[in-house]
Amino acid sequence: MREVTRALLQEHENVAPRTTVLSCLLEVQENLHYVPEEAIVEVAKYTGHSINDVWGVASFYTNFRFTPPPQHMVEVCWGPTCHLLGAMDVLVAIQSKLGLEGEGDVPDGVIGLKYNTCLGACSQGPVISVDEKITGAVTVETALSVLEETLNPS
Amino acid sequence: MTEAYKNLRSRADEIWADLHDPETVWVRIGTTICGRSINALGVVETFRAELARRGIKSVVSEVGCLGLCYAEPLVDIRTAGVGRVLLGPVDVDAVSGVVDNVIVNGNVNVPNVIGSFEKTIEGVPMMSEVPGWSNQHRIALRNVGQIDPGDSFQYIANEGYAALDVALSEKTPEEVLTEVRSSGLRGRGGAFFSTGTKWGFLVPSPGPEKYILCNCEEGDPGAYNDKGILEGDPNTVIEGLLLAGFATGASNGIIFIRHGHDGPISRTKEAIRQAYELGLVGKNILGTDYSFDIEVSLVGESYVSGEETALMEAVEGKTARPRSRPPFPAAVGVWGKPSNINNVKTLSYVPEIVRRGGEWFNDIGVNLSKGTAILCLSGHINRRGMYEVELGMTLQQVMDEIGGGVPGGRQIKMLQTGGPLGGLLSADKMDTVLDFEAMRAAGAILGSGGIIYGDDSTCAVDLTRLLIAFCQFESCGKCFPCRLGMTHLLDMIERIRGGEGQQEDLDLMRRYGESMQAGSLCGHGQLGFNPVQSAFRDFMADFLVHINENRCPTGSCSQYAANPMRTRPGPEATAFITDPYLRN
Repeated sequence: MREVTRALLQEHENVAPRTTVLSCLLEVQENLHYVPEEAIVEVAKYTGHSINDVWGVASFYTNFRFTPPPQHMVEVCWGPTCHLLGAMDVLVAIQSKLGLEGEGDVPDGVIGLKYNTCLGACSQGPVISVDEKITGAVTVETALSVLEETLNPS
Repeated sequence: MTEAYKNLRSRADEIWADLHDPETVWVRIGTTICGRSINALGVVETFRAELARRGIKSVVSEVGCLGLCYAEPLVDIRTAGVGRVLLGPVDVDAVSGVVDNVIVNGNVNVPNVIGSFEKTIEGVPMMSEVPGWSNQHRIALRNVGQIDPGDSFQYIANEGYAALDVALSEKTPEEVLTEVRSSGLRGRGGAFFSTGTKWGFLVPSPGPEKYILCNCEEGDPGAYNDKGILEGDPNTVIEGLLLAGFATGASNGIIFIRHGHDGPISRTKEAIRQAYELGLVGKNILGTDYSFDIEVSLVGESYVSGEETALMEAVEGKTARPRSRPPFPAAVGVWGKPSNINNVKTLSYVPEIVRRGGEWFNDIGVNLSKGTAILCLSGHINRRGMYEVELGMTLQQVMDEIGGGVPGGRQIKMLQTGGPLGGLLSADKMDTVLDFEAMRAAGAILGSGGIIYGDDSTCAVDLTRLLIAFCQFESCGKCFPCRLGMTHLLDMIERIRGGEGQQEDLDLMRRYGESMQAGSLCGHGQLGFNPVQSAFRDFMADFLVHINENRCPTGSCSQYAANPMRTRPGPEATAFITDPYLRN
C-alpha cells in the first residue's frame, strides 16, 4: 500500500502545477476510493508535514473515507430543491431496501449509502448518484430500479 | 490587432464557416451535468450513429446549457433547409423520428419543437417569442449552448479573446480598470462588492507574484450557474482572468473548483491546456510582454471553502477555515502574496465589458444594480432552468414570464433565494425588484442567483430545519458562536418540528441568533441565523401551528429528516495510530 501511494503521489507531481497536502489526499481518494492509514503517513513524508497536519486536513473534508470502500456507492442529494421534489421518499426507499438506518455500508460490503449536500443537477431533482454516475428526475421506482441494476446487472 | 491574434482569428473564422456550410448538418446537444443526468450522452451517441448510418454529412457537438432545462435533453439542429431550430425534450427513442422529420424532410412541425432561431416557419414559434428565451439577455452566457466548449477556436470566432488582444496592444492597465469601474459591475458571488473597487485594491500591492482566484466552489444547493459557465464556455472565464491580471498587475490565476464535478473540471483543464498551446496563456501572451499563468485547484467537500479566506487556506492545501481580517487578501493572500478573488460569473462579464465599454454595461439594469443576473430556477416551478435576465425585473415577473408559474395549479408560498444563507421570502413580496439593495431591504438576498420555489404544500418549519441542518453540517468549527449556535438552533427546530416545541424556544433561538451575528468570524455564522430569522418574519404562522396545535400545517414535517454524520470522523477513526512516536 505504501508503494501504491508513493507511485500515485509521484504521478501527481508529474502532472500537477503544484502539489499540496489536500491535492495529494484528493489524488489518493480519487484512485483508491479511500484514504488508508499508510497513505496518511506517505503524504506526510512526501509533503514534509506532520501526520497530525495531514490527518487534520483529511478529517475536515467530508468526501474522504478511511475504511476500504464497498463495491458500489450510492449518494442521495438532500438539498432543499431535491427535498421539495420528493427526495426523502427516495432516500427512505433506498435505505429500507439496503437495510440501513442512515448513512453507512451494508454488512457484506457490497454497497454503501451517503447523503450529498448538492450534486449539481438541481434542475433535474430529485438526484441520486450511483458509482459517480448521476441520474436525475428519479422517482422511488426509477431509483430502486437503478439500484437493482447495479446490484444485479442483467 | 496583434499578429498572433490575427492568425488565430483567421483559423477560427474558417472553422466557424465550415460548421455553417450549407452541406453540413450541425447538431448541438446540451450535455452539462443536468443534461447528462437524463442521458443526454445517450442522445448524442444515437444521433451520431443514425446520421452515420444514413450517410448524412454532419457534426454532432456536445454543448453547454441554453437554460431551458425543463425541456432537456435539448437538441439544436442547423440545416440549410430549416435554418436553426431547437427541440426538446428529445430522448433516445425520439432521435430517429427527429432525423427523419427535421433533417431529412425539413419538417419542423413535430411535437417536441420549441422554436426557430432563424427562419419563419408556419406553425412554429420564433425563439425570439418563446418565453424563457425571449426575456434573456445573455452576456456572461453569450456562448453557452452555442459553441462547443472543447474547441477554443469556436470561442475565438465569436469575438473570443478580441478584448484581450485590444487591451494588450492598445490599452494600459489603468484604462482596462477604468472600463470595469465605469461599468458598475458588482461581484456575483453574493456580496455584490464593486468589482472595479476590489481590483483597485490589488493594483498597488507589490509583485511580482500576485494572484487572482476564481471561485467555483458553488456549494449553494439550487445554484449551478458557475458550473454551467465553466462547463459551457470556460474560455470566457479564462479571458476574464487574463484581463483581471492585466489590469491589476497579477501574475497567476487559480480557478478553484470542488472535486467531483467532473464536467466543469475537465472542460476547464482542457481549455487552459489549449490556451497555453495557442499562446493565449503563459509567457508573452499573443506575442506581447504580458505573461500570466492559470491553473486549476481542486478542493474536497466543504461549503465554507467558498468563503474568501477559507478558500485561500484550501488552495494552500489546508483545512478550509477562514482567517481573521485584517490583513485583507489584497495585502496578504494565498501563500502570503497579494491576492484578489472573483466569482466565475463576475469574470465572465469582463471580456464583453472591455470589448464594448463600461458605458454599455452601465446602461443595462436599474439603480446601482447594473447588468444582468444569472438565475437558477428550481423546485416547484414549471420552467426550471438557468436564465440570464436584466436586473430590474420583479420576482413576480421572474416566476410568471420566465418560470411559467407553479405546476399543478398550486399556489406559490415561499421563495428560497441566494443559497441556504439567503433565507425564505413569502409570496406576498413578489413585487420586489431584482436589485441588490431592494432584495436586501425585503429580507432576502439575491446571492449566487438560485431561487427555489415552494408551493402551498411546503411547511416553513420543515424547510428551515433543512437549511439549518445544512449550515450546521458545513460549519468549519473554528469559532464557537457558529459551531455551537448552529447545533443548538438545529436541536431546537427539530423539537419544534417534532411537536415538542414551546413558545420560549422561539425567544431562545433569537438570542442564539444574536450571538452568532455578533460573534462569528465569517459570513457563515454571521448569516447563519438568516434562515430562522426570515422564517420567523414571514412564516411565524407555521411555527405557531406546530407549537400551539402540535401538528404540521401541510404534513411535510412527518417526512424523514436526513442528518448526515454530524461530526467528521471521530476518535474511532484515529485508532490506527498505534505508535505515538510514529517515525517517518
